[in-house]
Amino acid sequence: MNFGVQGEKSMSMPSSSASWKCGDGVSDHFPVGLRVLVVDDDPTCLMILEKMLRNCLYEVTKCNRAEIALSLLRENKNGFDIVISDVHMPDMDGFKLLEHVGLEMDLPVIMMSADDSKSVVMKGVTHGACDYLIKPVRIEALRNIWQHVVRKRKHEWKDLEQSGSIEDGDREQKPSEDADFSSSANEGSWRNSKRRKDEEDQAEERDDSSTLKKPRVVWSVELHQQFVAAVNQLGIDKAVPKKILELMNVPGLTRENVASHLQKYRLYLRRLSGVSQHPGGLNNSFMGPPETPFGSISSLNGLDLQAFAAAGQLPAQSLATLEAAALGRSTTKSGISMPFMDQRNLFSFENPKLRFRDSQQPQLGNNNKQMNLLHGIPTNMEPKQLANLHQSAQSSFRGMNMQPNSNPHGSQSSSLLMQMSQPPSRPQMFNDINRNHLSRLPSSIAQPTLPSGMGSGVLARHGMVENARGAIYNSASQASTMVDFSINQNTDLPGNGFQLANNAGGQMPTVTSKGLLQEEVNSEMKGSRGFAHSYDIFSELQQHKSQDWGLPNVGLTFDASQHSNMRSGLDVPPSVLVQQGFSSNQSNVQNRSTPFGKAIFLAAEESGCGNGLNIGQQLDTLLAGNSLRVKAESLPEASCQNTLFHEQYSQEDLMSALLKQQEGVGPASNEFGFDGYALDNLPV
Amino acid sequence: MERSQMYRQLANMRKALFDQGFLDEQFVQLEELQDDANPNFVEEIVTLFYRDSTRLIHNIEQALEKNPLDFTKLDSYMHQFKGSTTSIGAKKVTNECTQFREYCKAGNGEGCKRTFEQLKKEYALLKKKLEAYFQLARQIGPVESACRPK
Repeated sequence: MNFGVQGEKSMSMPSSSASWKCGDGVSDHFPVGLRVLVVDDDPTCLMILEKMLRNCLYEVTKCNRAEIALSLLRENKNGFDIVISDVHMPDMDGFKLLEHVGLEMDLPVIMMSADDSKSVVMKGVTHGACDYLIKPVRIEALRNIWQHVVRKRKHEWKDLEQSGSIEDGDREQKPSEDADFSSSANEGSWRNSKRRKDEEDQAEERDDSSTLKKPRVVWSVELHQQFVAAVNQLGIDKAVPKKILELMNVPGLTRENVASHLQKYRLYLRRLSGVSQHPGGLNNSFMGPPETPFGSISSLNGLDLQAFAAAGQLPAQSLATLEAAALGRSTTKSGISMPFMDQRNLFSFENPKLRFRDSQQPQLGNNNKQMNLLHGIPTNMEPKQLANLHQSAQSSFRGMNMQPNSNPHGSQSSSLLMQMSQPPSRPQMFNDINRNHLSRLPSSIAQPTLPSGMGSGVLARHGMVENARGAIYNSASQASTMVDFSINQNTDLPGNGFQLANNAGGQMPTVTSKGLLQEEVNSEMKGSRGFAHSYDIFSELQQHKSQDWGLPNVGLTFDASQHSNMRSGLDVPPSVLVQQGFSSNQSNVQNRSTPFGKAIFLAAEESGCGNGLNIGQQLDTLLAGNSLRVKAESLPEASCQNTLFHEQYSQEDLMSALLKQQEGVGPASNEFGFDGYALDNLPV
Repeated sequence: MERSQMYRQLANMRKALFDQGFLDEQFVQLEELQDDANPNFVEEIVTLFYRDSTRLIHNIEQALEKNPLDFTKLDSYMHQFKGSTTSIGAKKVTNECTQFREYCKAGNGEGCKRTFEQLKKEYALLKKKLEAYFQLARQIGPVESACRPK
């Protein structure tokens, strides 16, 4: 993952003055004068290091005890720019010092040791070291340590200064820092996201299970409305995070939050505006009057959706990564169980806003209900179907751009959606579903119709949710609607989809996906991840369905701003999902969904099953360090489908897993009547 | 002895230390750090090393006399010691450290003891050679000794 790379790329030698805002006086000659604190109990090494650093024209303070180092740091919080510490020290473990420094001072810390075993190096990464040097240390290795300082600052500054669109891609949060340490041995640790200073003040709605402590901003209805008002005031084209933030004047809200939220919002608008994905299409209420009351997507949906979104969005490659990450990380495993649930939710599209974090939107509230319903999914749906739905949901997230345009974009996501929405017999399913009739969804959900278009992962996050929802929704009722999803999604999502993942920054854009995603996920999941699969089904659906999607993809507005990570994060999941190699053939809906589902699972795995796929979480994880960290959204039912991940992802497996989850969800499932649904074809 | 002869001799001594594997590239790094501000940097480092490592050597010796052997502790001591030896580029000594740690991991007490003896020999030998080297370098004079004969 080269999250960090992005950051770096955009970062040239930081205009010294700009980058050196620490006010330490080094401004024009950066990195001259970099203030380094070096800690090592070995006096020989200490002396050598001191000399080397001096030769690099750094300002060196040496210390042979960790305790002394800490007190030095505490006394003079801004007195140092970077810390280099040995791993093995008698009075305190180097890693402990590392943690302290990270927590209290948030300085970049480089670890050193003669020990180059992978486990130790990995430990450094996981504890948040920005680099790891093997002794004997050469001066060349020390010459470049300034980059860590700049990188860290850059991320911090970005939040403050950047006024460009969030999508500029270089909002690399700290995670990127972790991700790309130039030094050897570091592999994208994802610790940085923990330290997002600017988010420290924010309430942490999400309780991620990830180890990253990223406070997340929950975009409540009110907050969102404030946001929308600000955006409208500025004009969608002129709305830049900085100004929006000023207008909103919400204490504790950071530019970054706004930026990610804005991104989601833009995606949402795009989707609403139709196939053509132009940004800022609708300037209507973001939350838009959701036609279908999406229950609160919050916990459930968000998670799943996210997961899905992420899943959908992640490119095949990332999928692999995700998978690896997911497998490797057992942090939070989002219960893939979402799929089912999500599906339902997706259909319900109640989540006008995909809130990544817990969408508090009232509309979303419905989603919740739905979500549950989904879980319960649809008994009508055959397990397979459900699985598919799940999968497709994921993918559909992507495709879920549920733009009411019934244009079969042909995006896979669309197809996914379509699939989902296949059973025309359930036209109103979604609507009702929102009300907790998840049963309706099932039919659609069953279809992994969610356009794998999820590519835009974002969908998963923001838009996806919406789309998914719409898609699902439509799919349930009308095939046509599904189409919309994908259509929009493909375009928009790609970038965004990953937003979810980006939460590594700490906020999983909850892909907010929680709410939406779930819904979408469901639908998407079913559909095989929107990976570029053109789902025929989707097109079919399109025809049938009138676009109900109007879904207010609001929900989709994942707080993109929240995580720049999202982007990267999502990438991962999709890949995971993609792994399965979704084949676009309809008949293979299952196949599609399977991969998708699997991917989701993978993603979910990471995030902990609890909440549906928290793809977002996963994304975070991924972001963080290539580990899927799926934040388990509070999906009640989502039981971690961890098992799913590792399994062969047979349909049966997925189904059973999903079903299991459903059990927790509730009975609604049986209500779905997927008869006549393409799901039947799903080979489970 | 003539200066030029001394230079030559110094250069030869240095070369021999590298050729015979007593020193490695890290030593060159130290030499490169030497400058006008720190004309005797390398010697200072080596002196510091030998002074500080005496303590570690002593700890290891004591630990080796215990019965049963605490390999974890031994390994830990040796790890520290190795950190120093690698930092000054003491190649042969470092190799012995590595070997010692291998034996620790294998729980081979005899191997540890044997290796440690060998290590002490290399350690002492290097010390002697470096002392002679620095002595000559000082004789030649700070400026000249700062120039690394290539």
